Amino acid sequence: MNSLYYQKKLSRNVGDKFFTSLSVFCAFIAILPLIFVVTYILIKGGAQINSDLFTLEPNPPGDDLDAGGINPALIGTLIITTIASIIAIPVGVGGGIYLAEYSKGGPFSKFIRFGVNVLAGVPSIIAGVFIYALIVSTKILFGSMYSGFAGGMALSILMLPTVIKTTDEGLKLVPNELRYASLGIGASMYTTILKITLPSAFRSIATGVVLGIARAAGETAPLIFTALFSYYYIVGFEDLFYEMGSLAVLIYNFALEPYDAQNKLAWAASFILVISILSVNIFSRILAAFTEKTKRV
Amino acid sequence: MEEKLILFKNRKRFGIEKNIDIIFKNTTLVLSSLVAVVLFGIILVVFIQSFESFSRYGLNFLVTSEWNPVKDEYGAFTAIYGTLVTSLLSLLITIPLGVGTAIFITEDFVPKFIREIVGSFVELLAAIPSVVLGLWAIFVMEPFFRDFFAFLHNFFGWIPLFGSEPAGRNSLLAIIILVVMLLPIVTSIARDSLNQVPKKLRNAAYGIGASRWKTIFSVILPAALSGIMAGVLLALGRAMGETMAVTMIIGNSNAFSWSLLSPGYTISSMLANQFGEADGSQVSSLFYAAFVLMILSLVVNIFAQWLVKKFSLKY
Repeated sequence: MNSLYYQKKLSRNVGDKFFTSLSVFCAFIAILPLIFVVTYILIKGGAQINSDLFTLEPNPPGDDLDAGGINPALIGTLIITTIASIIAIPVGVGGGIYLAEYSKGGPFSKFIRFGVNVLAGVPSIIAGVFIYALIVSTKILFGSMYSGFAGGMALSILMLPTVIKTTDEGLKLVPNELRYASLGIGASMYTTILKITLPSAFRSIATGVVLGIARAAGETAPLIFTALFSYYYIVGFEDLFYEMGSLAVLIYNFALEPYDAQNKLAWAASFILVISILSVNIFSRILAAFTEKTKRV
Repeated sequence: MEEKLILFKNRKRFGIEKNIDIIFKNTTLVLSSLVAVVLFGIILVVFIQSFESFSRYGLNFLVTSEWNPVKDEYGAFTAIYGTLVTSLLSLLITIPLGVGTAIFITEDFVPKFIREIVGSFVELLAAIPSVVLGLWAIFVMEPFFRDFFAFLHNFFGWIPLFGSEPAGRNSLLAIIILVVMLLPIVTSIARDSLNQVPKKLRNAAYGIGASRWKTIFSVILPAALSGIMAGVLLALGRAMGETMAVTMIIGNSNAFSWSLLSPGYTISSMLANQFGEADGSQVSSLFYAAFVLMILSLVVNIFAQWLVKKFSLKY
C-alpha cells in the first residue's frame, strides 16, 4: 500500500487534478473576452474603414442612408488628449521629481503619495463633474461653456496620478551612485536631476506616460458633459472653446442611436481607437521586454 | 602653485545658480502639492454644489427612490442600491475567476510562453476603453445571453433576483460586463502577490509531503492574501465608479426592482445620463449623488491602502 509510486486514485491526487483543471478553465475563460472583443471590432469596424471616414463630418442621426465620417471626432480626440498631456505631464513629472529626489520620506511625501493613490481611485466621472462645476457652469473660460479645453482639463486629472507614479518609481530605480558622482564633481541638485537622473530614467517614465495617454484617449465619462460633442469640422484655434467631439463620445452617442448607419460609425470609431491603443500597449510591452534583456547595471 | 590654489578657491557657485536650484526645488514642491489641491478641490466643490440638495433632503435622499424633476423630489436609493449590487455581485464572480487565472499564470502547469501569453491577454483587456466594451456588450453580448436569461427566468423565476421578464438591457448584463472589466485588475494584482511569496515556503511545504494544491491553499494563498485583498478592494472601487459600459447596458431605469433581469441604475450611470440636461435643484441632487459615490470609492480606496500597509508581506 505504501508504495512510492504515484497513485492515481489517491484523493490528494484526484483533488490536485480537479483544481488544476479548474485553474486552467479560469484562465481559458479569462482570455475569451479579449479575443471576442478584438475579433468583433476587427470584423465589424474593419469593414467600415474607407477614406471618407477620415475626411467627412458625421451626419446627424436620422439620415439612414449615409452616416458620413468621423473626422471631427478624430481630430477632437487628438486635441483633447494633447491638452490633457500638456497639463498633466509637466505637473506630474515635476511632482514626481519632488517625491523621488527631494523629499526624504517625511510626512509630507507620505501624504502626497497617499493622495496620488486616492486620486487614482477617484471615479472618472467625478473628474467630469468637478470640471463641470468649476469651468463649464461658471463659464470662467472666456464665457464658453462646454469646450474641448474643459474636456482636456478633466482628462488631465485622470492622467496626473499615472504620470506622478511612473516618474516617482522610475527615478527611484536610478542607482544612487549616479547622483553621488554628479554631486561629487560639483554639479548642483537641479543639474543632477535634469542632466543625470531624469535622462537615465527617461525610458521607463516615457513608457508609463505614453500608456497613460493611451488610457486617457479612450476615456469617455469625463468628456460627456465637459467637451460634449460636435458634428462640425474643427477649423481654427477658437474652436477649442466650443463643444468638441471625440471618438469616445462618438461611440457612446452613436451606439445608443436606433439607426444602423450611426451604429456602423460607432464600430468604425472603435476600430480606430482600439487599434491605436492596443498597438501603443503592445509596442511598449515589447520595448520593456527588450530593455529588460539589455539592462546594464 | 599659489595661483592654482586661488583659482580653486574662486570656483564658488554663483548666486544665480543657487537661486535657480532653490526655485527648481520649490517649483517641484508646488507641483507635487497640486495633487492634494486637486483632491481636496474635488471633494470641496462636489460638496458645496450638493449642499442645497443636502440641506433639503438630508439623509432621506439615501433611502427614498423618488426621482421626479417635475415635483422636485429626489432620492437616490435605486441608484445607490444598483451601484452596490452590481459591483459586489460582479466582484463575487471575478474573485475566483481572477485568482484562478493568477494561479494558472504563476504555477507551472503549462510551458512558460503560454502562461505569458495568457498574462498579456488579460492585461491587454484592461487597455480596451470602457465605451468600446459597452458597444460590444450592446451588439454582441446582449443577443448572446438573451436565451440564457429567458431560461434563468423560466426555471428560477421563483427567486426574486430573477423574478421579472428579462429586459433587453438589465442589471445582470451590467454585472457581466463589469466582470470583464474587473478581471484584469484582480488577476494582475493577485499574480503579483503570488509571485512575491518566497520560493522557500513552497519548497518547505513540498518537503513535508504536501501536494501541489495543498501547498497553494494552505501556504501560498494565505501568504499572498493581503495583496489579493487589496487588489479586490481596488477592483471594488473601480466597479463602483465604472460609468460608460454600465450606462450603455444597464437600461437606466429609476424604478426599483429586486430582479437583476429588469433595468437598473447606478450612481455613475445616473450622472452620465442626466447631467447634461439637468437644471435647478436636479443639478444639486446629482451633485449629492456624485458626493455619495465619491465617499464610497474614497472609503474603499483608503481601506485598501491601509490593508496593504498593515498586512504587507514580511519575509
